[in-house]
Amino acid sequence: MRLAHAASRVLKLTKPSRLALPLGLLPLLAGCSTVVLDAPGDVARQQGDLIVLATWLMLIVIVPVIALTLFFAWRYRASNAQANYQPDWDHSTQLELVIWAVPLLIIIALGAVTWITTHTLDPYRPLRRLDAERPVPADVKPLEVQVVALDWKWLFLYPEQGIATVNELAAPIDRPIRFTLTGTSVMNAFYVPALAGMIYTMPGMETKLHAVIATPGEYEGFSSNYSGAGFSHMRFRFHAFDGDGFEQWTDRVKREGATLDRDRYMVLEQPSSRDPVRHFASVAPGLYDAILNRCVGIDHLCMNEMMAIDSAGGFGLDGLEALVPRSAPGPFGGPYVSAEVCRVDTPSAFPASFIATPAAP
Amino acid sequence: MTPHVYPPADPVFGKLSWGAIPLHDPILLSTFVGVVIGGLAVLALLTRYRLWTPLWRDWITSIDHKKIGIMYMVLGLVMLLRGFADAIMMRAQQAMAFGENVGYLPPHHYDQIFTAHGVIMIFFVAMPFITGLMNYLVPLMIGARDVAFPFLNNFSFWMTTVGAVLVMASLFVGEFAKTGWLAYPPLSGLDYSPDVGMDYYIWALQIAGVGTTLSGINLIVTIVKMRAPGMDLMKMPIFVWTSLCSNVLIVVSFPVLTAVLAMLTLDRYVDTNFFTSSLGGNPMMYVNLIWIWGHPEVYILILPLFGVYSEVVSTYCSKRLFGYSSMVYATVCITILSYLVWLHHFFTMGSGASVNSFFGITTMIISIPTGAKIFNWLFTMYRGRIRFDVPMLWTLGFMVTFTVGGMTGVLLAVPPADFVLHNSLFLVAHFHNVIIGGVVFGIFAGMAYWFPKAFGFRMDEFWGKVSFWFWLAGYWFAFTPLYVLGLMGVTRRMSHFDDTTLQPWFVVAAFGAVLIAIGIAAFLWCIVVSIRRRESLRDVTGDPWGGRTLEWSTSSPPPDYNFAFTPVVHDTDAWWDMKRRGAERPLSGFQPIHMPKNTAAGVVLAAISGVVGFALIWHIWWLAALSFTALVVAAIVHTFNYHRDYHIPAAEVEATEAARTRLLSLHV
Amino acid sequence: MSEAVTLAPPSHGTTGTPPAFYDLEGRHHPQNGTLLGFWLYLMSDLLIFACLFATYGVLGRNYAAGPSGADLFELPLIAVNTALLLVSSITYGMAMIAMQARRKRQVLAWLAATGLLGLGFLGIELYEFHHLIHLGAGPGRSAFLSSFFALVGTHGLHVFFGCLWLAVLMVQVQRMGLTVANRRRLFCLSMFWHFLDVVWIGVFSFVYLMGVLP
Repeated sequence: MRLAHAASRVLKLTKPSRLALPLGLLPLLAGCSTVVLDAPGDVARQQGDLIVLATWLMLIVIVPVIALTLFFAWRYRASNAQANYQPDWDHSTQLELVIWAVPLLIIIALGAVTWITTHTLDPYRPLRRLDAERPVPADVKPLEVQVVALDWKWLFLYPEQGIATVNELAAPIDRPIRFTLTGTSVMNAFYVPALAGMIYTMPGMETKLHAVIATPGEYEGFSSNYSGAGFSHMRFRFHAFDGDGFEQWTDRVKREGATLDRDRYMVLEQPSSRDPVRHFASVAPGLYDAILNRCVGIDHLCMNEMMAIDSAGGFGLDGLEALVPRSAPGPFGGPYVSAEVCRVDTPSAFPASFIATPAAP
Repeated sequence: MTPHVYPPADPVFGKLSWGAIPLHDPILLSTFVGVVIGGLAVLALLTRYRLWTPLWRDWITSIDHKKIGIMYMVLGLVMLLRGFADAIMMRAQQAMAFGENVGYLPPHHYDQIFTAHGVIMIFFVAMPFITGLMNYLVPLMIGARDVAFPFLNNFSFWMTTVGAVLVMASLFVGEFAKTGWLAYPPLSGLDYSPDVGMDYYIWALQIAGVGTTLSGINLIVTIVKMRAPGMDLMKMPIFVWTSLCSNVLIVVSFPVLTAVLAMLTLDRYVDTNFFTSSLGGNPMMYVNLIWIWGHPEVYILILPLFGVYSEVVSTYCSKRLFGYSSMVYATVCITILSYLVWLHHFFTMGSGASVNSFFGITTMIISIPTGAKIFNWLFTMYRGRIRFDVPMLWTLGFMVTFTVGGMTGVLLAVPPADFVLHNSLFLVAHFHNVIIGGVVFGIFAGMAYWFPKAFGFRMDEFWGKVSFWFWLAGYWFAFTPLYVLGLMGVTRRMSHFDDTTLQPWFVVAAFGAVLIAIGIAAFLWCIVVSIRRRESLRDVTGDPWGGRTLEWSTSSPPPDYNFAFTPVVHDTDAWWDMKRRGAERPLSGFQPIHMPKNTAAGVVLAAISGVVGFALIWHIWWLAALSFTALVVAAIVHTFNYHRDYHIPAAEVEATEAARTRLLSLHV
Repeated sequence: MSEAVTLAPPSHGTTGTPPAFYDLEGRHHPQNGTLLGFWLYLMSDLLIFACLFATYGVLGRNYAAGPSGADLFELPLIAVNTALLLVSSITYGMAMIAMQARRKRQVLAWLAATGLLGLGFLGIELYEFHHLIHLGAGPGRSAFLSSFFALVGTHGLHVFFGCLWLAVLMVQVQRMGLTVANRRRLFCLSMFWHFLDVVWIGVFSFVYLMGVLP
């Protein structure tokens, strides 16, 4: 813990982020917004500071190497008759020790920082602080946001508020946000550079991300993992509200939005690009779980149920009957296991607890 | 974007139809016309100068490692032009597609281009280049007369070429993959990529992969079994060491690629569920497996070039390489560690903090031996006599450029930093920094350094330097903006941007690409000029640079048999040692030399493999079955050929050597 | 350092007469590398199997609410299959012993026995595959079955090509006799055949035995 404290102090010392860049870049960078190094979100800021720290650490060896390369090249040029020439000098134990030890020491330092920060900045770890000075108050519960990456747009569900949006994300400042993320088709990555590092969204799998934003404003978010033809425009705006801005926004969504039921979701799921922002005032119960478990289609066996069945040894030969073969080419016509499998009459030696699992409504 | 709709597979032509020829695309059509005209011109010239027979006899069917090495280099150079054409098209698109302007490439085309660029540059530019260098140099450096399996060598080359041909064919017949160069499923699965592009990708890589694996085995056996007497492991030139390690990595990593692509193939062809999201499949399996191949692959590429730099530095500093044994241990360390870092390519997929830290730290550890190598080159320069010939310039350019790439690499190895830099243009800048600054510069250094050995005359100094300076400046202009853009949170593989304030950076990057284009053109022009001025650039000594290793002890170009007498090695710098102690080149007592015979089997088998691949890509099942059977039969027929070698008579050796003696005496 | 040091021979060189720098008598003959090369090939092949085993390890219990190994595998049949392959390794060993004694007809007879055992193995495997696909438990039913078919099928494909190679080699031994080249080829095929045996033992224990055990 003391080590962690020391590391965070080092991180703080190097706040003036721009200093870190290779010196030649300084004038170039002065005028542009390198959001990665100077993010308003606490998590992203710490990640940016780490880049700065690591760069400084490595410059300890990089700068001398480049300088010596150029100096030796000039000093020992063939035309320089004054320079010492020792064609058989090819070993020096002291020198060898130095050239192995210096990188080793730097990597030990950087490795320690890496170990600590990888754990403290683990996206799965609930936040403990709003920024360097303020810990998370004990009574603040994180805002839950469920993220679904669709072809090629973002769906955000707010279970607490009961609303959903497409291509628009909003949150109050100074309240930790807890994202749970999944996808429907291919791999994407959810990334708001101002807020926190990215995390992949993958079909049938769930990832998590914790973050908090300190400054109100409107920020860019997008997919940072190539996902096909509409990828370039798979973008959204992230609104950070202060005061009661978030409540007002929620009310507006509730006022003007439609209902996101399963049928509407299935339409939304179809590939489309450059979708406008859309608001949904209410969401079908269990929709996110059904998306995650790939069973929005009412007849599909949910993945969590399938995995429960599998961990009990599968469904035996009876399970062969439950497969619905491919009905059409493309992602929406593939074969699947029918939810009927849970309702067969004679579940051979099958624990009753699995059948009791509520099937998709 | 207009999705291509293919008619249901025809029993005779499979999915192939006139619709597969991109007549509607002016870019492709004009390229196609250009290629046809150029191809016809080449054919006409070959016929006009009656070159068909020599081409077939001396090159295509040749099992001489030197000829095969040169053919690999030519393949790499041709594919470099294609891969660079892709690069400059991307740079142009990204420099213009802002706001209202959508650029000239729709996503359907742009996505193929960046996929093809990655695949071509890695598999069909960098791999042929390093394989070519290793093929040409390893037997000469270890004092051998050829590789261990000369026929297999020819076969490997043609398999690689057929893979390249399939990728090129995808330009004009059908399309290429739109998945990114590593083709992650589910995007690369049948559901999201139903077209033939992915199948071109799969079969091109599988066919070329066979060639690469076999050539890896071949070179390992060559190095282990065929070294000249006296050359124990710690007397091998560093290039041979790095080649050995690189080939060991090939043999232990390419089978993984073969297996993972085979599973993806099954997913696409017979509806299995390895990497699907349904019925129990797991796409992350693919990501793990492909990077278990993919990370060693980057060390496969860079290690031989580390060897090139070592040879170049010590020759042009006229000095023994500093820290030979630490160089060897560093190489071996890198070889082993390269297998323990693959997960750093997907820190952001939600592995736990401890797993991420482990792989982050192993990655950083690689920088220790790599750093030691840089220091070793540095201290080789210390108290040397440095001549700034073109290969040395490339090496200095490498040392400065690569160091920065190494630094950004370690940066990306810190998982929390990677969370904000992964998939960004910073990452793109990083790997181009190490691949251009490390691999490409090394290849050019190697080409300039060994060109006189291969062809008997040096490359033109002036145009070589022009090429170097344009490449160096071009690299920094093209990729420094990408570092900055990455820090501004811009991600890769975008075909259009809404934020117009980014445009100046992309314009600078495009300018850098133009500089690189001039660098490439200068290199090609350098070859032309050098051929024209070959008499004044002639190397009669066989040792134009004051070399240190055995390849410089024989003539330039070397005779078919490389060495009339196998050299006996007493020192790491064997030829330097021989020169210093006044070794006399023997002038009599020649004996017949046992050599392997040329064969057409390699090119025939590879061509049939190409037909198998093409038939499978287009679902022409009858042709696939027929050509596969033909492949097996042809292979069996080849095994009935028991007369695969011959002897060069002593008189012929004597005549060749006497000619060299005369040449040497004329130019002392 | 002085000029004198530069010109002095390295410490291991004899100071008097300079050592030989060329192999003038042509005594140096590099060893034949075929067996080493073939070993390396086998190891690379083993890595392909390692990937397939690993895939089976990861996906082998993803039945997709379908049947598991316990529902599908018929151990007695697989035991027969295993026995056929193991015995074929012994018969191949006998062929190699006969080869050392240069008894061509015996070699051919043992090779024929090996080939027949191999074909028997393939026949049973094909029957098993046909049976599974007929049931509806084909490679597409679940990730478990995909990885099962890929692993066992890849092994079977190797056995098939091993049999083909064996047949070709029998013709060559018959025609050309037990020449150096043919003996080397017999050695290579021997390694290949035993290699497949070893892999099969892995498949049998890891896939079949562990699949049927609870």
